[in-house]
Amino acid sequence: MRLAAPILAIVLAASACSAVGEDSSPGDETASDRVVLVTHESFVLPKKLEKQFEEESGYDLVVRGSGDAGALTNKLVLTKDDPLGDVAFGVDNTFASRALDAGVFAPYDAELPVGADAYELAGDDDHRLTPIDNASVCVNVDDTWFADHDLAPPTTLDDLADPAYKDLFVLPGAATSSPGMAFLLTTVAAYGDAWPDYWTKLMANGAKLTAGWSDAYEVDFTQGGGQGDRPIVLSYDSSPAFTVADGKTSTSALLDTCFRQVEYAGVLDGAANPDGAEALVDFLLSPDVQAALPESMYVFPVASDAPLPKDWAEFAKQPTTPYAVDPASISEHRDDWLREWSDVTSR
Amino acid sequence: MGSGMKRALTLVALAAVPLAVLGVFFVLPVSGMVGEGFWVDGGFDPGAVLEVLGRPRVHRVIWFTVWSSVLGTTFAVLLGLPAAHLLYRREFLGRRVLRALLLVPFVLPTVVVGVAFRELIGESGPLGFLGLDGSAAAIIAGLVFFNVAVVIRAVGASWESLDPRPAEAAAALGAGPAHVFRTVTLPALRPAIVSAASVVFLFCATAFGVVLTLGGLRYSSVETEIYLLTTNLLDLQAAAALSIVQLLAITALLVVTGRLRAVPDPSLARSTARHRRLSRGDWPGLLAAGLVVVLVGTPLAALVVGSLRADDTWSIANYRALSGEGSHQALLVPVTDALVTSLRTAVDATWMSLSLGLLVAIVVTRRSRSRSERRVRGLLDGLFMLPLGVSAVTLGFGFLITLDQPPLDFRDSLLLVPIAQALVALPLVVRTLVPVLGGVDDRQRQAAASLGAGPVRAFMTVDLPAMWKPLLAAAGFAFAVSLGEFGATSFLARDDHPTMPIVIFRLIGHPGAMNYGMALAASVVLAATTAVVMLLVERLRVPSVGSF
Repeated sequence: MRLAAPILAIVLAASACSAVGEDSSPGDETASDRVVLVTHESFVLPKKLEKQFEEESGYDLVVRGSGDAGALTNKLVLTKDDPLGDVAFGVDNTFASRALDAGVFAPYDAELPVGADAYELAGDDDHRLTPIDNASVCVNVDDTWFADHDLAPPTTLDDLADPAYKDLFVLPGAATSSPGMAFLLTTVAAYGDAWPDYWTKLMANGAKLTAGWSDAYEVDFTQGGGQGDRPIVLSYDSSPAFTVADGKTSTSALLDTCFRQVEYAGVLDGAANPDGAEALVDFLLSPDVQAALPESMYVFPVASDAPLPKDWAEFAKQPTTPYAVDPASISEHRDDWLREWSDVTSR
Repeated sequence: MGSGMKRALTLVALAAVPLAVLGVFFVLPVSGMVGEGFWVDGGFDPGAVLEVLGRPRVHRVIWFTVWSSVLGTTFAVLLGLPAAHLLYRREFLGRRVLRALLLVPFVLPTVVVGVAFRELIGESGPLGFLGLDGSAAAIIAGLVFFNVAVVIRAVGASWESLDPRPAEAAAALGAGPAHVFRTVTLPALRPAIVSAASVVFLFCATAFGVVLTLGGLRYSSVETEIYLLTTNLLDLQAAAALSIVQLLAITALLVVTGRLRAVPDPSLARSTARHRRLSRGDWPGLLAAGLVVVLVGTPLAALVVGSLRADDTWSIANYRALSGEGSHQALLVPVTDALVTSLRTAVDATWMSLSLGLLVAIVVTRRSRSRSERRVRGLLDGLFMLPLGVSAVTLGFGFLITLDQPPLDFRDSLLLVPIAQALVALPLVVRTLVPVLGGVDDRQRQAAASLGAGPVRAFMTVDLPAMWKPLLAAAGFAFAVSLGEFGATSFLARDDHPTMPIVIFRLIGHPGAMNYGMALAASVVLAATTAVVMLLVERLRVPSVGSF
């Protein structure tokens, strides 16, 4: 019985720390009192704004976020008969067709802020998806490194395959990363059916592939946290706003290499609280949220009159004519393109 | 006949709870997800799934998974065995701290370890000249880094309570140390070694972050392929085909290891050996332990160094920032809150997996009276290993599509995270307990019974003392698994209650030098917390145990 004391101690400690007793069952409130937002892991809004929504609308806001845009889309497709919530945010223009084809979203014609209509999804005629934000995936360069090495930085996609820039480019792969997929689409838009030839040249020129954005930027890029040795990286148009020191940025985005990703919100078909879902879509378009997007989620607002943070206004330049691929075409060919891309890059 | 019925009923009663949990939280979701692949547009269509198995790419993926896991397991065992001997049979200063530290890699999120590894072996890193970045060798090293602790801990726990007298007798009769090890020690340890190796193999075969991060996208394993097919391409036929490959592979593995584990007489005399001091003959253990320390220590050191750098100078700014929400609001909750969530979740996952694991271990190890009874017990034993070998993505998506209707409406439950983690930890718990329980001589229980002890009393006086240390080891494992679990947790954790690995993943995925530093600092905190918990668990020892 000498065992009794330690066992008792463990049981007491366990029950004190356990979270079991705290599980608030979802039945505590009725479905019409709350709005459940299903989103991806990058969704962040300041707590102040979430409170503001709850006060103004009278609904409790519940956020369920996990996975990336692809995982989010597929979850919505698989659960469309019994949706995970009332409203979804984060399906982007590379996955939008799949969600629309599966009938995940219900129509909702929200009143768009100034300039937002430019981001509406082509082919979404009954307004199931509402554009909320956008960000362009662009090649970034370390200007300090190029100045130190007396080399003019590259400016075009062709330059990246130029031997002058051999072994300098690092990018996340298309199969495992959303910006990587966007860059594959950039090359599809730029080179048409000849895109695999471009990738062959790119790989022959020493381009390095990583699993995700953080591997490329934080480990291999010369301006990342790990201070790597490659001065050209695939990142976003907003990235130069994050390398600002003493009123100057040390990096710039190559605006002729960009693919624009637009993120949408939509009311889920079969939502328990469609009114609350619509209220949330409206809220995401409100001036307060639009102005908070850059600082919270590193994306540009769709409202052209939303004020930008100081560093963004000064250093984050957006492309005027990014490359584009028809969403339906992406949905149709994603599988083939990724398979061919894997073959070309692992040769 | 009456006693036979009673035995069967007892068996069923003890197994009922673990079976129910496994059925609802594993069999149902996984079969639901695999079923999505087989039933296309309402009709049963297995043809598409079978067609996938003929693709050359699928063959490549399966072949890579097999050989990388075999190599990873082999190296983990070769390094782990001598290190286990040193850490569990020899007395020296810092032994406990070392034991606790070696378990640390087990809980670290692969995203961060991947980054730490790559800072060392990347082109610009101090080990860049080795050219390991993006190679299969880097993947294997990563697999060993994460899993060697499993071998050390599982085998060490068994080795520690091994009766030293047979080995001493053999030595007194003139056998050399190598001969003694081969003929006396190794056969006695075989069940534990095979158990640990099978668990490590499953961990290697389902490794996700290591393969992607360290392999530079040149390699795909079954697990990374399922992830791609499910979350990106929504090709559920192909995902189902690979899930079935996983299930078949585990079954084959279980049959093989079941044979290897079986020893003619599992009864072992248990005792607490007095730990000897180090001597010259311990050099193989010292060498292996040294290698393990280098392999585990170097990336950890890189992590610590990185976490202490901010704005190109040494500082603790990254640690101070942990109570905030990251630069540019990268986080919804401070890292300190996430640590509390992680610890509480781990407590729940630990008691759940220990209680379930104990029941399973008892059912599995009671001596069977008939062949069919033995077969049923063997089947049960294998069944609870399955969660280790199946993709977290399949399980996560399966939860969403199957656990949505009352009475099984668990999609929004806070308990889902600890339950999922407990299922991942369960095989480790079972594999740690079964070799020891199986080694208890049934005659001791019979003796206790004939002296008037009821089944509970007999368990308390015969089984529990022998199991105390393995139980602690299992608790440590379960706690560590829960602290480090990322795959299933990232699917299920709620935004307002993220665990440490989720928060670290968020931090490292957001731009800004401060977020990167905080991710490293948070990983160090997670590592340190794990080490401290392991040290405390080791303190919970009962000195008299074993000397009954």
